[in-house]
Amino acid sequence: MDERDRQLINRLQHGLPLVRQPWQSVAQELGCAPGEVLDRLHALLEDGVLTRFGPMFDIERVGGAFTLAALTVPEARFDAVAEQLNALPQVAHNYRREHAWNMWFVLACASPEELDATLSRIETLSGLTVLNLPKEHTYHVGLHFPV
Amino acid sequence: MSVCISRSDSPLALRLIALTQDGLPLLEDPWAWLAEQLGISVESTLDLLKRLQAEGVIRRIAAVPNHYRLGYRHNGMTVWDVADEQLPRLGELIGAQPFVSHCYRRPRRAGWPYNLFAMVHGRSREEIDSYREHLRFLLADACRADEMLVSSRILKKTGLRLPPAH
Repeated sequence: MDERDRQLINRLQHGLPLVRQPWQSVAQELGCAPGEVLDRLHALLEDGVLTRFGPMFDIERVGGAFTLAALTVPEARFDAVAEQLNALPQVAHNYRREHAWNMWFVLACASPEELDATLSRIETLSGLTVLNLPKEHTYHVGLHFPV
Repeated sequence: MSVCISRSDSPLALRLIALTQDGLPLLEDPWAWLAEQLGISVESTLDLLKRLQAEGVIRRIAAVPNHYRLGYRHNGMTVWDVADEQLPRLGELIGAQPFVSHCYRRPRRAGWPYNLFAMVHGRSREEIDSYREHLRFLLADACRADEMLVSSRILKKTGLRLPPAH
């Protein structure tokens, strides 16, 4: 990863301009050829420095029901419960965190009914009580990692 | 279907999500590709993208870095018990800090007094500890209690997907 890659990563985290020739516009800003922008972007994705390039949707705005939830899982059962949860397609992310509430997961469901059913299913599968913390207001979403 | 997106755009938006959930193909003319897939003109495609971005359905068309690969190996979920009447102002303030990636109000629960969540990312444990201290300083007396939950293992990460309609 060289300086030009770094510039490109920083620039493209802010979004592709919605103009007729977007690569040309980015290339002009960075002072290189449009083909080079595409080649470098391709290489950064291949290499795994970038995980994705594309539209970032706020999919709650086109339907669906989401929540952040947590469990307090006894250590002896931790991996088994993680497997139970990870097998559910509604579980989008699942993280271990160092806290009494040690398993934190995001559920993405097609409807509020499916969300409720999934929460119940997790309680039945695990025998544990879910801490359900749906977001009530968004103050900020914007992953930006300067490199 | 949400009310914040126009009725005529909804079916196109859903198709757009299905087409680009794994990313936008790296083509010289990505809008022409999208237009062909959607069966509309390139101009209509660009207009659609602009409308969806203005409505917030699309946040942006952007690169998502692997933050581990970029050296950001530490993340902490900071949680705060903030006086309700001050939350609108303080939530905006905390969310505006450059090291905060996500900031939300969430409900308090029995045994869980925290109503403000802010995710912080850094290259070291010391870095995220210093961010937490900075947030504490900003919240000052409005904050009654706080914790930082550090992630130690990713158990699953598939990204938010549009759930299949049933």
